[in-house]
Order: sequence, then C-alpha cells, then structure tokens
Amino acid sequence: MAPPKRQLRVGKEWLYAGDAERLLRDAIRMREEEEAAHGHEHHESFLRKYVFSIDHKWIGVQYGVTALCFLLFGFSLMLLMRLQLAKPGHAFGILKILGEGRAPGGVMLPEAYNQLGAMHGTIMVFLAIVPLAVGAFGNYLVPLMIGAPDMAFPKLNMASYWCYLPGGLIMLASFAVTGGTAASGWTSYPPLSDIATEGQTWWLVGMIFLITSSLLGSVNFLVTIIQLRAKGMTFMRMPFFVWAQFVTSFLLLLAFPPLEAAGVLQLMDRVAHTSFFLPTGLVVSGQMLNVAGGGNPVLWQHLFWFLAHPEVYVLILPAMGIIGEIIANNTRKPLWGYKSLVGAVVFLGFMSFVVWAHHMFLTGMGTVISAFFQTTTMIISVPSVVILTAMLMSLWGSSMRFNTPMLFAITFLPMFGIGGLTGLPLGLAATDIHLHDTYYVIGHFHYVVAPGTIFAMFAGIYFWFPKVTGKQMNETLGKIHYWGSLVCINGVFFPMFAQGLAGVSRRLYDGGVQYEHAKFAASTNMFMTTAAWALFVFQIPFIFNFFSSMIWGKKVGSNPWQATTLEWSATTSPPLAHGNFAVTPVVYRGPYEYSNPEYTEADFWPQNVVVGEPEPASPGGGMLTHGAAAQQEH
Amino acid sequence: MDTTTTEHLADEHTHGGVHDPNAHHSPEEIRKETRKYLVVFFALACLTAITVGVSYLHLESHEAIAIALIIASIKAFLVAGYFMHLLSERKLIYAVLGITVFFFAMLLWGPWNHHYDYFGR
Amino acid sequence: MHLEIPYNVRPRPDTGLYNAKLGIWLFLASEVMLFGALFSSLILLRSGVPHWPHGRDEGLNIPLATLNTLVLIISSVTVVMAWASLRLGDLKKGRIYLSCTLLCAMGFMVIKTIEYMDKFHHHHFPATNNFYAIYFTLTGLHGLHVLGGMIVFAYFIGPGAKMWATEPARFTNRIEVCGLYWHFVDLVWIFLFPILYLL
Repeated sequence: MAPPKRQLRVGKEWLYAGDAERLLRDAIRMREEEEAAHGHEHHESFLRKYVFSIDHKWIGVQYGVTALCFLLFGFSLMLLMRLQLAKPGHAFGILKILGEGRAPGGVMLPEAYNQLGAMHGTIMVFLAIVPLAVGAFGNYLVPLMIGAPDMAFPKLNMASYWCYLPGGLIMLASFAVTGGTAASGWTSYPPLSDIATEGQTWWLVGMIFLITSSLLGSVNFLVTIIQLRAKGMTFMRMPFFVWAQFVTSFLLLLAFPPLEAAGVLQLMDRVAHTSFFLPTGLVVSGQMLNVAGGGNPVLWQHLFWFLAHPEVYVLILPAMGIIGEIIANNTRKPLWGYKSLVGAVVFLGFMSFVVWAHHMFLTGMGTVISAFFQTTTMIISVPSVVILTAMLMSLWGSSMRFNTPMLFAITFLPMFGIGGLTGLPLGLAATDIHLHDTYYVIGHFHYVVAPGTIFAMFAGIYFWFPKVTGKQMNETLGKIHYWGSLVCINGVFFPMFAQGLAGVSRRLYDGGVQYEHAKFAASTNMFMTTAAWALFVFQIPFIFNFFSSMIWGKKVGSNPWQATTLEWSATTSPPLAHGNFAVTPVVYRGPYEYSNPEYTEADFWPQNVVVGEPEPASPGGGMLTHGAAAQQEH
Repeated sequence: MDTTTTEHLADEHTHGGVHDPNAHHSPEEIRKETRKYLVVFFALACLTAITVGVSYLHLESHEAIAIALIIASIKAFLVAGYFMHLLSERKLIYAVLGITVFFFAMLLWGPWNHHYDYFGR
Repeated sequence: MHLEIPYNVRPRPDTGLYNAKLGIWLFLASEVMLFGALFSSLILLRSGVPHWPHGRDEGLNIPLATLNTLVLIISSVTVVMAWASLRLGDLKKGRIYLSCTLLCAMGFMVIKTIEYMDKFHHHHFPATNNFYAIYFTLTGLHGLHVLGGMIVFAYFIGPGAKMWATEPARFTNRIEVCGLYWHFVDLVWIFLFPILYLL
C-alpha cells in the first residue's frame, strides 16, 4: 500500500513529519527528565568518570587531546630541524632549549639533528596521527555511526588509552636520558640502533606499550563493528568511515605483532647482548664488537616493514573515511560508487600486507623477489585510484557547500593524488635505485600524510566539533587556517621532489651542503624553512578557534550540517555512560540518502527516520526508487 | 537493545535456529563430547611419543624437519579442531584464521626467500 | 551506571558468536603473527649459518621437555573439562578442573625454571650464540604467556567465580574464552618443542 503523501508511519499510526518529530523529542525529554530524577544515584567519582572513563566518547576525547598535543610537539621538533637545514651550523637562540649537550651555544650538533629526526617521525606516526585518526575519531564515531550503545569491551577501551599514554610519556622521557633520545631514524635500523645510546632502549619499551594499546583497540573495533551494528545496519549500509576503520583495525591487528617481535629481538640485542641483528665481525669505531655474531640486519628490515607498510595505510584509510563523509554531506548527493569504495578499501587492506619489501629494494634483494614486490606495489595503486576517482566523481553535478571542512576535504583529493603519484617511481625497483633515501621519498610520504591525512584530520575536527561540544567553530578563522596552511604546506614539501631527483640524500644534518652535487639545496632549504615557520603561524588561528569556540562558539543543535548518518541523530554532545541514543535506532536505508526524490521533507533522509513499513534489512538498501537505486549500484 | 540476562544453561532454544557449538541441549551430548576429549588426549600423547622417537632415528635434515612439522600439524589440528572446537565453529572465524594463515605464510616466506635470492647469487 | 552491551552472553544471530569469543579469536590471530615473526626469524637465522647446533648436542634436556609437552596437553584437557562441567551446571567440578589446569601450568613453569637454571649453570646465556638467543627468546615469550594464563585462571578460581551466582552463562563463556587462549598456548608449544629441541 502506498503511504499517504507527506506522512510517515510511526508504529501503527500515520503522522505528519512535524508530529513524528515532536513525538521523538518528547520521548527524549522524558528520558532525560527520568535520568535527571535518578541522576543522583549514579554518582561516579571524578577519577572513574573522567580519568579512567569507560565511555567511548570520553576516551575518544582523551585520545584526541593527547594526540593533538603530541602533534604540536612533533611539529615543533620539525621546526627546530628546519632551522638547522636553512642555515647549517648557525647559532639560533631558540635552539638553546635543546640544552648544552645537544646545541652548545645554540648551534645544533649532528647527533641532536638525528635525535630530532627520529623522534619527529616516531611521534608523528605513532603518537599523533594514528591515535588521532583511530583512537579519537574512530572511538568517538564508530559506535555512534552503527547505532551501538558503546564499544563491545568498554573496559578494554580504557586499557587501550592507558597503554598509549604511558608509552607516549616514556618516549618523551627518553629525551632526558644520558646520550639523548633515539637517534637511529623512526625505522631504527640495526646495527646502528643495536649499538646506539640508552635512548633507543626507551624507544623500544615505549613502542611495546604503544603496540599493546593498538592491539587491544583493534580487537575492540572489530568486535564492535561486527557484533554491535543496530537493527537494519547491514554491512553495505555502513558509512564509508566505518568501513575504513574496519579495514584499518584488521591492519593493526595482524601487522603490528611482527614489529612487537622485532622490538623484543632488538631489546634482547641491546640488553641481553644477543646478536639477532649483528653480523659476525662487525667493527665499531675501530674495535671488533664483542658479540657472538651470526645475526642479520636485514631481518629487522623485513619485520619492521612488514608492519610499517600496512601502517601507512592505517595513516590514510581513516582520513579517506572522513573525507567520504564530508564530501557526501557537502555535495548533498550520495557518494559515487559506494560498492567500489568498499571493494577497493578491502582489497587495499589485503594487498598492503604483500608489498612491504618495496622499502628494501636497495638491500641486495634478488631480481625475482624484487619483481614480486614491484608487481604487488603496482597492483596496490589501483584501489587507491578507485577510491580517489569515486570521491572526485562524487563532486560532479553536486550542490556544493564550501564550508571549512569541505575546503579541507576537497583539497585532500589533489594532495593525496600528488602523494600517490610520486609513490610510483619509488615502487618501481629501477627508478627507486636513484630515488631511495633521497628527499624525493620525504616529499612523497609527507604529501600523503601532511596535506593528505592531516588536512583530513582538520576537516574532521571542524566537521564533528559541533557533535562533541554543541558549538560550531568559527568559519572565518577556519578559512584563514585553510588558505594559509594550503599555501605553506606546499611550499614546504613540493621542492623536496626536485631536491630528491637531483640526488640530495635524506637525514643529512646540514641539508646536503657538504656535497658538491647538493650545494644548490641551501637556498631551497631556506625557502622551505620559511614556509614551515609560516605554516606554524597559520596554525595559531586554528588552535585559538578550537579553544575559544568551546566557550564562545555559536550554539547549534544535534544536526547542524543536515547529515544522514546515525551520529547526527544522537543528541548534541551525548552524555557519558548513559547510552548514545534516547531511542535505539533502527536503520532503514543507506548512509547517503541526500536529495532523494522520494523524500520531500528535506534534501537529506537520515538512516533511521521511520517511513512506511519498517522492513527487514535488504541488500538493496532500503526504500529507493528505481532511479536512485540504479545510481546506488555503481 | 538486547540486554544481558541470566540464562539457564540447559535452556538454549533462543538462538534463532543458528548452529552454535555451545547450544548442546542435553547433558548427554556434553558428556559425549567429554569422551571425545579423552580420545584426543591419548592421540596427542601417542603423537608426542612418536615425535620424540623419530628424532632419535637421525634422519636427513630435510626429512627430519618435514616429519616433525607434519606430526606437529596433526597435533595442532586435533587441539584446534576438538579442544577449541574449531571443527564446529562459525564461518566468520574460519575467514579470520584463513586470512591470518595467508599473512603468516607471507611473513615466513619473505625473509627466507630474501636469503636465497640476492644480488650476486 | 552499567551500560548493557548486547551479545555478551547470547550470540548475535547472524554471526552466531558472542562478543568475547570473536574477540579472543581475533586476539589469537594476532598472536599467530607474533610467534610467526619469531619463527620466521629462526628460519632466517638458521639458514644464514653453515652450522646450526642440534638441540641434543647442546645439552637441551629432551626427556624433561617431553614431560613438559605432556603436562601442557593434560592442562588443555583439564581446561576443556572445566568448561564442560560448567555447562553441566557444576561449579565445584569446574573449579577443581581449573585448579588442575593451574597446577599443570605451575608444573610447566617449574620444569622450565629447572631447565633455565641448568643452562645458566653451564654458562649458556642468550648472548652465547644465536641458537641460545632464539631458544631463550621463544621459550621466554611462551613462558610469559603461560604466566599470564596462570594469573587469569587464579582469578577465575578465586574472586572471579563470584559471577557464577548472578550470571552463570556469562561466567561459563569467560571460562570458554580462557580455554581458547590456553589451547593456543599449548599449540605454540606443540610447534616449539620439536623445532627447538628435536631438529
């Protein structure tokens, strides 16, 4: 039976939309009043509620704040490094904060440069981006988006955060240790890392905490997504963000343990004097090392990169998820090619496990194994292109809104495009011979992570800020932040491709000027350092905006962006430990029913709005007309 | 949504007709399983004895490795199949384990292959 | 306030699993990768040298290790019997079987300690050579897993058993999940034993 026009079926009745909404608001208000009346019974201590919280939303906030602090810290390390690169050997007043041991008289020592380099990489990857992308955004949003009351294992979630924070603090504490912190690159290659100073041991211990945190978290995410989806939320009705987090969690689950094993082996080498990675006859500073020998440094590389390659997909997938959500919302259209996106992201996750040795083309691998990894690397570029194409196609014929999150989101696309394309010559063994360990590599991966993932993080913060706080961030400051960051970040990283092609090696404490062929880099380095410091200046409006909006920002309701996914049907800033939804949602349609001609109440049709007969979950994705269904089938 | 409730173990008719290794309705069936466990135990003990015995035969290293791994795999199959009741487990678990086994194989293959296929060989 | 998470006891109909069971299998998958990495290292190190010592020649105590293997297998049986007893509603028997499991685990650790002390006595340390390095690392990590299991079993025999009074099905599920973990620990040893001692 065709539903009466302009009316929705709620239970056994047909109501006008306004009446339906009023009914729902009454239910919510009644529930909140009930809770206020009984609120005094659930008096939790401050420690239980805010420090050792088991609510995924607060844990997400904890992760977010901690990760942003580490992001700023890791960024500052880079700013100091870039001073040295702009004017190698020059005394800078600000460098005095590194202390006399690292920068006597404000002149950075090469050892200090190496420490900054290793820790910048480690902190950005393991303490900032992944905790922000997965721990913060993932934790906060995934249960909300699938209609769950919390994560499957709330206490385990709390344990995850409380493994992350100590791990991070151990990493920070390593700066104060004799000999300084880890200085063997974020990759910690032996034999150098085996014989390095004490700081490296702290790095290894810190990593074990971080890996444990990651493992606990990934189990939680996977079980939550598989088991706690609300009624009607089939896998193919999940927002793309949830799919991205799902695949990411599989990567974290299966790829991290080999690095944990490798970390244990390196710890044994350093502390128990084993020789897992130390070859026989190694001479250090003119003296033969007093170890048993028989080890293999390349073993570390295999184990490290077995994790670290999936790790880079861990860095990018949540970002793609965020971009997908924001694009769908601000184009007022469904994402183009949802099925392709899902297929691509699953295939990408799988392939990411079989490409790792493309980081090792220069270790003397034979032609057969090199050919294998080169082939898989070329294959893995395909799903990335599919995802990028689907997102680009989503912009076609859209009714675009250019708010700050959308600006960052659409910028992500070409930036990730540059990052991805520059990965191709690195993935081909022949060209990698020329480009390996040069600035080209640094340019490539920073393009994917910095104007790539970090822009997506910014986009996500602007987008979901109103859900978490109930206030909207200031648009003007947002646009200043955006334009300034866009220009400066390209200024920092684009010249790196030219430097790399010309042969400027990475990890040189003077930026290459000691070598004849790299002398030209001096002026480029100066330019890039200026851009980096300008980039810092443009983060100030963002930081100010972030805090001031919490207090003075414009108050908004639960769905200020008129979005369709379930988190927006939860009340603004959902209360802790009281479940996420006043009424447990039932899902009737896909996640991006924008501008559906069947629904005339608005240009967005939330996943859980009641209409017609509630039908059991069907693969078709709910009540779509033939035209809309055809569009959905790409 | 669905709340956790105290359930009597014997009354498990609420699983929607889905096959569940836990949903053995009668104590009889559970006791039958118990007997299976004891049989598996004896098999494992015997296989352990065989493994140790074979090692005293001083076989060629390839043969020794192959036989040891085959016996270990049979034991593993028994433990996983019966004690962990993997044989009656859900498809989802098989999928997770299948993916894991594939990546495990890659992890074993990669470094080892590197050893045999390097420049100058 | 205690939030009610669905499918903690009753399995979810379409997956047929309750949350903790899926969780533990996922965790075990990650453990496969952990020990897999160490086995991979062993293979690479072993194939990289012309001569790799045989366990017997290096004085590894094969009879003792065989006994340890049997001890672990027995503990696997007792833990699954514990779960069966709980499913039959018998907490007392379940606790007895769990205690047997714990005793076997303790026995395993005692034998392991004897082995280690004997090695140290003969001046065989991880630093001696890569054979001992990987031997101590693999058995050490396995031993840590045994220890972890022991702590959890002790908890469930003791204070954890309180849950039986209010939620027997959930308690039974927890024992099942512990059992799965414990079987995995047994599985690792089933491979470790021949690879380290007999080959």
